[in-house]
Amino acid sequence: MVSKSKPGVYSKKYHISKRTNQLSPSGIRKFFDLLASIEGVISLGVGEPDYATPWHIVESAIESLEKGQTMYTSNLGMPELRQELARYLHHHYDLQYDPNTELLITVGVSEAMDLAMRAILDPGEEVIMPDPHYVAYDACVILAGGKAVTVPTYEEDGFELSAADVEARITDKTRAIFIGYPANPTGAVMSREKMGEIAEVAKHYGLLVVSDEIYAKLVYGVEHTCVAALPDMREHTILFGGFSKAYAMTGWRIGYAAAPKEIIAAMTKIHQYTMMCASTMAQVAAIEALRSGEESAAEMVEDYGRRRLVMVKGLCDIGLSCFEPKGAFYAFPSIKKTGMTSEEFAEALLKEEKVAVVPGSAFGDCGEGYVRCCYATSMADIEEALARMKRFVSKHQRS
Amino acid sequence: MLNDILKILEHDAQTTPRQIAEMTGMSQAEVSKLIKQALKDRTILKYKAIVNWDQVEDEHVWALIEVKLTPQKDVGFDSVAERIYRFPQTRTVYLVSGTYDLFVLVVGKSNHEIADFVSQKLSHIEGVNETVTQFVLKRYKEDGEIVEGHEEVKRQPVIL
Repeated sequence: MVSKSKPGVYSKKYHISKRTNQLSPSGIRKFFDLLASIEGVISLGVGEPDYATPWHIVESAIESLEKGQTMYTSNLGMPELRQELARYLHHHYDLQYDPNTELLITVGVSEAMDLAMRAILDPGEEVIMPDPHYVAYDACVILAGGKAVTVPTYEEDGFELSAADVEARITDKTRAIFIGYPANPTGAVMSREKMGEIAEVAKHYGLLVVSDEIYAKLVYGVEHTCVAALPDMREHTILFGGFSKAYAMTGWRIGYAAAPKEIIAAMTKIHQYTMMCASTMAQVAAIEALRSGEESAAEMVEDYGRRRLVMVKGLCDIGLSCFEPKGAFYAFPSIKKTGMTSEEFAEALLKEEKVAVVPGSAFGDCGEGYVRCCYATSMADIEEALARMKRFVSKHQRS
Repeated sequence: MLNDILKILEHDAQTTPRQIAEMTGMSQAEVSKLIKQALKDRTILKYKAIVNWDQVEDEHVWALIEVKLTPQKDVGFDSVAERIYRFPQTRTVYLVSGTYDLFVLVVGKSNHEIADFVSQKLSHIEGVNETVTQFVLKRYKEDGEIVEGHEEVKRQPVIL
């Protein structure tokens, strides 16, 4: 998130760049420092699976280390991995990407986002994105010298992004529309129809759609729409995907970008100077995930699906209205009835009942009045957290 | 629907019908009805705890016994298998492919007790040709659960 405080307040002793000072050290960081100091906290705050990586994937990496596969790979990533990835994208979305020129293996989607923004933006150019949105989106834009332009989205619309609202914000400086569905923090999924409308706007104005689809596999009872797979959108899309969420591989730091070759070439230029290549053992693990990870992923998704229902119903029973999230592993209940701000709510809940949630305001102005609850945690913890939240809410309810 | 319930219960038999109802979106009454039916028709055989006996002072000796059989006319291996699995000492009995026919897991209080079972009971059953007894030295994993050294995955308190 971008800090609204004055630049230059962090350090007098050392010169820190204006660009860096523009980034907030994040209210969430403060929050997690607090969390680390309290015993017995149930955390619904961390956005990662509670599973360890499936053993067959871990085992493949161990074997590669034993065999001495410990060198650099090609800048683009291992050819086998790119081929598997091309096959995967073709199989799931009927998309054709040339593994030699149109796919780049990155250190998580995080790196891919950074590369993409630096590759496509000149100073002052604008990127339109929904509010609320994942905290790194605007940060990447700012670090690349660009400007993040937000489009409010609302619970009443299921936090879907409206094409008309996007269109209204397009200027001659707009370069891209940056989206991420299924969405962190809301759990929202864009319908094919709504996504199609965004795609039409992008094509009409010659904009790129930068699409973070890290949660693509985590949908419940609905289909994920891959933007690049919509008619004629491949040429207008930078697609990000990764292994962290679907295969419980957050700590491996492995992801990818798929885009037209001119864009991948530009991103690779930055990647080769700043990162060289993604970690070799993580690439080996990713190959195994693509080849034989479907089943383990499906089992985890099935389990998240059950926890989702328990979490959403539990929140509604407490009286925190919560729209039904159809993807990712987050519930985004409204806490407005308590009269507290998101941050007050999250801080008091942590101190009084030892439950950690993330204030919605961390994700943008439209997140104010909401908190993000991650349900990728054990059923027992979800139930206990809900019981504690119930106590908390009834205590703080405004009569 | 029933499969969902069974998967949940196989993972944790203590999950209540109310919890299962929340996890699946079914009504609690429907879940209870399906479980009752599953118990009645023996789709669910039993609810049991998986115990790590090494944690308490209680001698348990386990042995895997390979049994070679002569098939009986008309009933094949089934009648011999039944004579074996009726013994309460047998914990698991499988008909298997390969060099022997029955895999029998036996639990006793001592090596001696198991030896007695094999020599005085098992080997006398008609149709049993040969047995090979292998005593269990250490249980690493029991019914999908790691017995010792199981570590909960610990997440770091990180941001997002």
